[in-house]
Amino acid sequence: MMQAHEGYVTDDGRQIGGTVMELKNITLRFGGVVAIKDISFDIRQGEIRAIIGPNGAGKSSMLNVISGFYNPQEGEVWFKGYRRGPMKPYQVARLGIARTFQNIALFDGMSVLDNIMTGRLNKMKAGFLSQAMWWGAAEREENENREAVEKIIDFLEIQNIRKTPVGRLPYGLKKRVELARALAAEPQLLLLDEPMAGMNVEEKEDMSRFILDVNDEFGTTICLIEHDMGVVMDLSDRVVVMDYGRKIGDGTPDQVRSNQDVIDAYLGVAHD
Amino acid sequence: MDQVIFGAEVFLNGLMTGVMYSLVALGFVLIFKASGVFNYAQGVLALFAALTLVGIQDGQVPFAHLINAAFGTSLHHFGWTVPSILAIALTVLVMVLLAFLIEKLVLQHLVGQEPIILFMATIGLAYFLEGLGDVMWGADIKTLDVGLPQGISDGIETLTAGWFGYGFFIDRLDIWATVIAALLVAALVAFSQYTKQGRAMRAVADDHQAALSVGISLRFIWVMVWSIAGFVALVAGIMWGTKSGVQFSLSLIALKALPVLMLGGFTSIPGAIVGGLIIGVGEKMFEFLIGPMVGGATETWFAYVLALVFLVFRPQGLFGERIIERV
Repeated sequence: MMQAHEGYVTDDGRQIGGTVMELKNITLRFGGVVAIKDISFDIRQGEIRAIIGPNGAGKSSMLNVISGFYNPQEGEVWFKGYRRGPMKPYQVARLGIARTFQNIALFDGMSVLDNIMTGRLNKMKAGFLSQAMWWGAAEREENENREAVEKIIDFLEIQNIRKTPVGRLPYGLKKRVELARALAAEPQLLLLDEPMAGMNVEEKEDMSRFILDVNDEFGTTICLIEHDMGVVMDLSDRVVVMDYGRKIGDGTPDQVRSNQDVIDAYLGVAHD
Repeated sequence: MDQVIFGAEVFLNGLMTGVMYSLVALGFVLIFKASGVFNYAQGVLALFAALTLVGIQDGQVPFAHLINAAFGTSLHHFGWTVPSILAIALTVLVMVLLAFLIEKLVLQHLVGQEPIILFMATIGLAYFLEGLGDVMWGADIKTLDVGLPQGISDGIETLTAGWFGYGFFIDRLDIWATVIAALLVAALVAFSQYTKQGRAMRAVADDHQAALSVGISLRFIWVMVWSIAGFVALVAGIMWGTKSGVQFSLSLIALKALPVLMLGGFTSIPGAIVGGLIIGVGEKMFEFLIGPMVGGATETWFAYVLALVFLVFRPQGLFGERIIERV
């Protein structure tokens, strides 16, 4: 059974709710290589949770476990009070878990607007035949979805590029469109895989602001992976630190910062 | 002057032939766009669809030879004929079932493989389907008649005779084929632009991983796309079958679709149409103008040489996506 954790209040006064996702003793192997070894942690309603760690620590694998791209050999994944069996990524998406990718996975040939609209595919009820036969209902649904998407477009300040094919956009904007598409699904849990990777300082600041605003405005629970320690510490409420597939720290940014294992992993230490 | 008018008629006939090529090319483009698979079996799919249609229409017993050989019976026909509309509907069902089986038995096991592997799988599929069509319905040439008007259009002949003093010979079937192809393309475009499934199909065509992350089931989309390709194959099969009989050389028209695709680009539906028309008109005009100088029979190679020229100077085709390599 999943433990019901109490919520807490953050330093900046936001109320964090109970557990949305709980990972218990997750172990993930690729052949003989152990990518994740016996990791447990939880993500609570409304918080910004970060997973950090040096290169190859298993952060992305962890995110892929949560989003169903990998199924762990051992351990349990609990989401909204139910244990999740092995699932396909699209089934996980339909549960209300949206994600972005480190290397950006957008539909390059489609416009920004169409890309974001795909985020709402699961919000559309009308089947193919009903769409063909009752244009009225399908049209109303399309308009409702358009409205929701326009709101997100305004929110992320990408109005001026909405008709542009995504393939032509610069990197920073692509990242933002990807975030918009994930948001369009109105996710209960939003996973961000290195949202700031490859960005310049200005773009990083923009993205940080958007992540905070999304959390604030929509109350979206966010779990993110990031390399940049400074950014992570400013953004997140609680941080999991991974190294060589194991969890070496878990707590508020301040707690993690003063954790000796974490300092060792990041600064390197002579093992004897 | 006579030459010019005669040339115009050749041009028109070329357009009509081009529509036929376009229909086959369309099936290729659909599958290539959605799954990155070059489906070598598209031509055989058209043959199989036409065979099935004729078989159902004439009330043939499927696998009759096999059954007769095994049980010593002498079954050939059920003794009924099925109305065209019903037979077409049943054939559509068969094509959807076939799409489902192809996904289940072939594609599902090759997820994430190189495109060349998938291409090889479709070659295998092509030969399997050709054999299956043979065993199921027999190898004899069949006539297909679903009630489409055929023969030279007298109206056009008298009309043009009045205008130019020379009556154009235009097959009524060709005119119908053009109209049906236009409707089919319009329906496909509307489907992919304005429906939920169409949007999901375009998404899968663009990026598998991203499609999964927004909750699209790749399997569902693949079955859907192969079903649509099967339907397009059926339309192509009906047209070609009505024109020249349902025979196994029908699968060879798939080869003519190759130059069409090289011209139009593998990923563009308008490209398939325009490419088909250019090839159709090109080969007829070339035969008409240049043919007599080089001893004729240029229609067999003209399309391929044109494709070769395109490969050298514009490999992405007229409408294909520009190949951009970021360095």
